[in-house]
Amino acid sequence: MSSASHGTGASRRGRLRRWAAQQRAWLIAIAILIVLPHVPGLDGNFGRSLLSQMGIAAVFALSYNLLLGQTGLLSFGHAVYFGLGGYAAIHLMRAINGGLPIPMPLVPLAGAAAGLFFGMLFGAVTTRRAGVVFALISLGIGELVFAAMRILQGFSGGEEGITANRGLGPHPFGLTLGPQLQVYYVIAFWSVLSAALMAAFLRTPVGRMCNAVRDNPERAAFIGYDPVRVRFVAFSVAAMFAGLAGGLHALNYEIVAAEAVGAGRSGAVLLMAYIGGVQHFFGAVLGAITITWLQISLSDYTTAWQLYLGLFFMAAVLFAPGGLSGLLSMHRPIVRTRAFLEVLKTYAIAAVPVLIAAAGAIMLLEMNYRRATQPDAGARIKLFTLDLDTSTPWPWLAAIVLLAMGVLLFRRTRPLVERAWERAGAEARAAGASREAAR
Amino acid sequence: MLEIVTFSLLNGVVYGLLLFMVSSGLTLIFSLMGVLNFAHASMFMLGAYFSYQLGRWIGFWPALVIAPLLVGAVGAAVERYGLRHVHRQGHVAEILFTFGLAYLIVEAVVMIWGRNPIENRVPVVIDFPAFQLFGTSYPAYKVLMMAISVGMFAFLYLAFRRTRIGLIIRAALSHPEMVSALGHDVPRIFVLVFAIGSALAGLAGVIAGFALLTEPNMAAALGPIVFVVVVVGGLGSITGAFIASMLIGIVQTFAVALDYSLLDLFSVLRVSLGRDSPFYELAGVKIAQAAPLIPYLLLVAMLIVRPRGLLGTREA
Repeated sequence: MSSASHGTGASRRGRLRRWAAQQRAWLIAIAILIVLPHVPGLDGNFGRSLLSQMGIAAVFALSYNLLLGQTGLLSFGHAVYFGLGGYAAIHLMRAINGGLPIPMPLVPLAGAAAGLFFGMLFGAVTTRRAGVVFALISLGIGELVFAAMRILQGFSGGEEGITANRGLGPHPFGLTLGPQLQVYYVIAFWSVLSAALMAAFLRTPVGRMCNAVRDNPERAAFIGYDPVRVRFVAFSVAAMFAGLAGGLHALNYEIVAAEAVGAGRSGAVLLMAYIGGVQHFFGAVLGAITITWLQISLSDYTTAWQLYLGLFFMAAVLFAPGGLSGLLSMHRPIVRTRAFLEVLKTYAIAAVPVLIAAAGAIMLLEMNYRRATQPDAGARIKLFTLDLDTSTPWPWLAAIVLLAMGVLLFRRTRPLVERAWERAGAEARAAGASREAAR
Repeated sequence: MLEIVTFSLLNGVVYGLLLFMVSSGLTLIFSLMGVLNFAHASMFMLGAYFSYQLGRWIGFWPALVIAPLLVGAVGAAVERYGLRHVHRQGHVAEILFTFGLAYLIVEAVVMIWGRNPIENRVPVVIDFPAFQLFGTSYPAYKVLMMAISVGMFAFLYLAFRRTRIGLIIRAALSHPEMVSALGHDVPRIFVLVFAIGSALAGLAGVIAGFALLTEPNMAAALGPIVFVVVVVGGLGSITGAFIASMLIGIVQTFAVALDYSLLDLFSVLRVSLGRDSPFYELAGVKIAQAAPLIPYLLLVAMLIVRPRGLLGTREA
């Protein structure tokens, strides 16, 4: 009897251990999310609010990637579901402020419900077509909803938006949502849950069919799956999680305005998902973290930050279609080779001309931007701790020389990188072949 | 009443022609290359800014000719040095490229002309009343806008129907491989079409710049409507684009003049809707207020009723 119970205990422990080994990446991510707001530098209100924003953006970008990366649907109106989810959440929060006994941390569920509802409503029309036409239609729906939100002032508050108070309501387990730390943990909880659910969705048969419909709709239809149905399901699920992200947004900012459904936000989530990389599940998270951080930190330094984001995006489209996660995973086969160190060394060498060219380009852009957008601010501009007088030709000349020098030098260092890559690749192939032979 | 109808019709036609001038280029590019060009409305904006700048340097009439040509050159450069390299990665990459480009063109415009609307006034040479109708004068520049649009289309139509290059472009629309096999340089035709489409959008920008507001936001304001025109008219159909442009132009202009709401209709029908009803606000929206919605409602309606658009020959 006792030995039997001991036996099941051991096997349960064994199963638990196996499960933990399988889900190692997730458990590590959860542990990091728990510790992160206490790390020095992020343990202030600013850091915690930054982390909260990253969590919201990550859910939104992941939901976007269900469309673009997994189902091959390029949407220019995904913010519709984010914003409408946000509105549903903020109206629920107002109802709670008025006495409705629902705990605030559950508010994002209202966002998810609204996202799902509108996703199914609009998805029924938009997912009949894929490809370029879908992109066009999503743009039209986005404009439609944005215009409607600006007209229906009573519901949306227009540009000023609708506000609510997240602290006013029942406080289960002492969750007052007063301190940003509590808000962060609520957002982190929902983020991890939705990321896990989205990952699980992709493992279901319909999730696998999303990839099939993306790669070859004719063939998917031939084996008996209606591509329109599959796209509709993927679209609705993506809209639901976008709505949840909108609910988190409402909870975090306590305000939702018409711009939440706008084209700007739809463009931003596209930027995040694409720069992060659409081929990997976690690429969207990487993109969301990077872009949110850039948005917040760059806008502290320069008014031209949108220009830099645009350039960043174009660079990704032209030179790194796999995004950041694609660039990282490109290195996976050669990490263990001896030549990898050499590759890193050539990267360091090539970084010098890149930095020189970037310095020149930034100087030019900043001086130009200042001249065009703040003509009253005077000719003096502070850049990289340098005090420049843009009324003289010297800073302009210096910038052009830096840019040209950087570009010329880069063209000479590029072959170095390529050669190191070739060596590392050959070594990785040789190692792979010898492993095959040993087997 | 007749006065309102006449003026709304005139303004609607001017607006419709303008929409057509932009959307015809977009449809041409789309049908030939399968590229959904997000930067097309940016060419419209560039036309307005270029003509403003050139107009200050060399006067209005030369600017009217040179600005669209410059925009056409920009379009050709975009195709030759940008889009052609992205082409290999498929349509999504192409759309994303033009999307990013549209974004960067806005930033470039901000960098050159600033963030605020510029003072792009109607040039003095055409700022006089053309004729009187019902005691109200109709401005000459609107007549000029109409004349230029119509003249442009007559020219293009003849060029497409009567010249050799027009013949080749029409052939490349339907059978690009065959045209290429016959020894024509199809990529060069792409560049040419891109240049023509961009120049048309640029010309529309020149004549619309002083009628509308010339500001960095003008591309983003017009772009979605032009896309609606292309979908409603039917992908790849220039005639369809014309009908859709006119339809949207006229309907939207008329809507602005209509100060009625569903509530007014209800009161005529003696149906009362309580002030606290959740639909009160929706029903109280005036048609004039809802005018910006109309193109998109038309889009959704068209997709439900006839997904291929008015005259579309194929499902894209």
